[in-house]
Amino acid sequence: MSAPRIQNSDMSEPQVPVSAPRIQISDMSEPQVPVPAPLIQISDVSKRYDDGPPALAGLTLRIDAGEAVAVLGASGSGKSTLLNLIAGLDRPTSGSVTVDGVRVDGLGEAASAKYRRARIGMVFQFFNLVDDLTVHDNVLLPAQLAGVPRTEATARAGELLERLGVQRHAKAFPGRLSGGERQRVAVARALMNRPSLLLADEPTGALDTASGREVRDLLTALHRDGQTLVLVTHDVTLAHECATRTVELVDGRLSRDVQHTAGGVR
Amino acid sequence: MSGVGRVVRAGGRRRVQSVVMALTTLLAVSASVLAAGLLEASRAPFDRGFAKQQGAHLTAAFDAGAVTAGTVAATATAAGATASAGPFRTVTLRPTTVSGTHVPPGIELPPAALAGRADPGGPVDKLDLTEGRWASAAGEIVWSAGRSPLGVGDKLRFAGVAGSPTLTVVGLARSVGSSAEAWTTPDQLAALAGSGAGYQMLYRFADAGTAAQLTAHRAAVAAAVPDGALTGASSYLTVKRSAERTAATFVPFVVAFGVLGLCMSVLIIGVVVSGSVGAATRRIGILKSVGFTPAQVTRAYIGQAMIPAVVGAALGVVLGNVAAVPVLAEESDAFGTAPLTIAPWVSAVVPVVALVAVAVTAFVPALRAGRLRTVDALAVGRTPAAGRGRAARRVLGRLPLPRPVSLGLANPFSSPSRSATIVAAVALGALGVTFGAGLATSLAGIQDGLNRRNAGAVVAHVFAPPGGPGGPGRIDQPPPADPAQTSGPGRTGGPGGQSGGPGQSGGPGQSGGPGQSGVPRQTSGPGPAPQPGASGQPGTAGQQGQAPPETPAAVAAAVAEVTGAIEAQPGTRRWFTTGQVEIGVSGLTAPVTAFAFDGDATWGTYEVIAGRWFDGPGQILVPTAFLDTTGLRVGDTATLSDAGRTAKVRIVGEVLDLSDDGRVVVTDAATLTALGTQVDPQSVEVHIDLDAGVGAKSYVDKLNAVLEPLGAAADVNVAEISETVVAMDTLAATLTVMLVVVAGMGVLNTLVLDTRERVHDLGIFKALGMSPRQTVTMVLTSVAGTGLLAGAIGVPLGVALHHLVLPAMGRAAGTGIPASYVEVFGPLMVLPLILGGLVIAVAGALLPAGWAAKTRTATALRTE
Repeated sequence: MSAPRIQNSDMSEPQVPVSAPRIQISDMSEPQVPVPAPLIQISDVSKRYDDGPPALAGLTLRIDAGEAVAVLGASGSGKSTLLNLIAGLDRPTSGSVTVDGVRVDGLGEAASAKYRRARIGMVFQFFNLVDDLTVHDNVLLPAQLAGVPRTEATARAGELLERLGVQRHAKAFPGRLSGGERQRVAVARALMNRPSLLLADEPTGALDTASGREVRDLLTALHRDGQTLVLVTHDVTLAHECATRTVELVDGRLSRDVQHTAGGVR
Repeated sequence: MSGVGRVVRAGGRRRVQSVVMALTTLLAVSASVLAAGLLEASRAPFDRGFAKQQGAHLTAAFDAGAVTAGTVAATATAAGATASAGPFRTVTLRPTTVSGTHVPPGIELPPAALAGRADPGGPVDKLDLTEGRWASAAGEIVWSAGRSPLGVGDKLRFAGVAGSPTLTVVGLARSVGSSAEAWTTPDQLAALAGSGAGYQMLYRFADAGTAAQLTAHRAAVAAAVPDGALTGASSYLTVKRSAERTAATFVPFVVAFGVLGLCMSVLIIGVVVSGSVGAATRRIGILKSVGFTPAQVTRAYIGQAMIPAVVGAALGVVLGNVAAVPVLAEESDAFGTAPLTIAPWVSAVVPVVALVAVAVTAFVPALRAGRLRTVDALAVGRTPAAGRGRAARRVLGRLPLPRPVSLGLANPFSSPSRSATIVAAVALGALGVTFGAGLATSLAGIQDGLNRRNAGAVVAHVFAPPGGPGGPGRIDQPPPADPAQTSGPGRTGGPGGQSGGPGQSGGPGQSGGPGQSGVPRQTSGPGPAPQPGASGQPGTAGQQGQAPPETPAAVAAAVAEVTGAIEAQPGTRRWFTTGQVEIGVSGLTAPVTAFAFDGDATWGTYEVIAGRWFDGPGQILVPTAFLDTTGLRVGDTATLSDAGRTAKVRIVGEVLDLSDDGRVVVTDAATLTALGTQVDPQSVEVHIDLDAGVGAKSYVDKLNAVLEPLGAAADVNVAEISETVVAMDTLAATLTVMLVVVAGMGVLNTLVLDTRERVHDLGIFKALGMSPRQTVTMVLTSVAGTGLLAGAIGVPLGVALHHLVLPAMGRAAGTGIPASYVEVFGPLMVLPLILGGLVIAVAGALLPAGWAAKTRTATALRTE
């Protein structure tokens, strides 16, 4: 099963107050040139939990808009911590994290929530769909939290479900879907507010081979469409196929940073 | 420490649950200790004394002119009495002090029922001689202890009897059944009585537990004598109720709170233990996998409930005992005994019962924990099974509501049993608030109703006491001989003395009620000169006041002069006068205080419970206790008597009045005129209503300038505030607050469990951009619906409980309650009370909502 082709769409209705350059899922045949502006600037960031060794130790990393960056590393290398810091889910012990012009490390809880709403889409290894909400309601959720008018949000959700090939499951509950379908629903939800940055944490980690391939193709398509993407994975294949750049962490430090084209090292 | 002990101790780390369990148990135990303690304390003294004295179940009065002593004696057999005493000759006379320990000479005491008894013993009504000795010769009399200001050695003159004999008080005796106010030898009694005497017969019966049984015995006695020969009969139940009144009045509502507390305790503890079992399923699996037996697991979870429950029970016993102190202090005053305390067995048994209830409640979920299969327990996560409430989520999701609100509103449907718990806890809280608010409103109304006994913004005293308004010098009632006497001035006290302490039998609202003996009258004639400061003492230099005139015509002229001045005073809208006097009523051994109204008093009537206000002479209104004591009803005819003169009157209404154990008659002044009785001049008051906008203080100042030369004085009428009502309000408010706090804690506890179980979903929401405010909104709205529902359930139940308890309190206090004071729940009161359920639920949810908002998203997302 191949990844659904993402079609041109009318993206002229930005509902979310996003100040950063908006990167839209648009014409797949005309890949946009990544804007060489730092979408993410991580400067000398360290993160330590309690008295243990640092999860991140003096990490500095810049990611530009339009990039697709895969973060590789062994368990405990700091990959998920890095993702949490970018998403504003956690705060660094020291250093700064700036995303889309926003100092994320200094945000309070409310500002952090608004920041995620407006700029971040997240895809998780175990999907993190709300079991008691239908597929459609799950996808609607970010827009509803952002206060997007219902008709517009519904239209947007329908459009995304259609594009991602799960429209027929719109009224179903997530528990009835396959892993791949659930992850596509999760991606649809992540894209609901047209985020400038899509974060994916082991997006294929809980999927079988076929479903994993679906998701890989989906993410590749999204990136080709201009979506800035940061994905954390153990899966080297996923990293090479989806990302244009691979960074590797070892004990919280950057050990490798390689630019490549999606599908191979540049 | 054993493994079980460690598990139990680990339970203590669940602070919220532990605090909730301790608080609920505290509430239940303290209220129960208070209720059971008051019940016991109120009964014990009377029951002990009554049993010791072989008190009379029925005290019958006969007309000596209509029946012989032999016939009276035979009534014992006819009525099936197990024991009897009498017949004793009786007479009601009004003595005047010749010399007194506490009372100045020349003071005319209220009429006293005297009985002729050769000795204080006998098969029935064995009197306790508390001081001195029994009367054994002519000229000797024994007075009732604790009921008069007289002491041993005091001399009394009976001016109404031929020869005006003087008797010496040689002893004080106590009759638990209040069979008479004084006793003398049969010969002396015969000398005092002349031909106007009656007979008294005292009975004990095998079956005398209910009023109906005593009514039947009374009928049997009446049937055994000629018609009209039985002039009255008093039941010991009336005396008992009067004696137990103060504490007993508290019992109904304290019991209600105790039951509510126990229900809440069982509910909360069941929920907490169930919740901790549900939340720790994996932990139970681990415990069992390392070797815990099912019995050990069960014991561990019961132990987790018992530790805070024991703490709560211990604190509850202390609190219950402390709360009982002010109530029992009044009760001990009433019995003239040492301060009463909560019976030790109450403090021991109540917490044991509560702890057994806790253990039984905790046993069921603990047993479930013990029986969990290890492999199942290890496999089960903390997240509740999905699937419930989906339809509700879908429907609510379609409503035009902010998403956090619709998510919150749908939440209760995901866990119906837990939501039912919240509903039950909040409903109990709303019930308590409704009951407490209703009680406070009713008590305030009753207090107002009682204050209507003293109408008018300004009250003027026609014969002002020496020293002026509120000043010393006037003796409305002789100083009490012992603490059993009333602690405050009587109703007829001088201005400024309106709010004395509770009277002997202070039920709700009874404050500063008249003393036991009513109003002594100053008399003229031979005898030692009045002492300075005594009633009727001519005013001295610098003092206001005048001695009342000696003739009715002169009194009337003086009253007319004063009321004329009041009428002419600018600002006077309307007025009427009242006066009072002690008279006899057939069937009652003790005299009653007759309150006579003169003028248009329709604007200042007593609160009428049933019937109507009088509209002419020959009609009286009486308190509920009067009706209960005499067995009469509204519409019946009663016989008033004074100095051998009698007058038949019709009872046209029942009034709210708790003073003087109901020995009160309210009537038109013309009724007393027809009886040939004059009110005590010193009791004459003018109740004045002022024109709108007229200030009472400035009016009084101007009026007093006019009244002073007339020997009269006016003062601003100050409403009474009953200490009993204040104590009840305070206690009810305390118990209500405790109940509400526990209800809120129940909500808090349930939501803590809920939040823990849903923390992963919460993490998802927050990862998707749910702000802290939205999180708080979601959690609060998750209890909003249940809170409203609980309010809608709890408020009607609270109203029903109020309607059940208030009349019971009235019965305990010896009065009916006017319907307007029962039906206090109007729409303006009910609506906020229903919203009160919402407030309780939201208040209980605030902390969990805050915790949910602060939950770290990354941590929550990792929780599976």
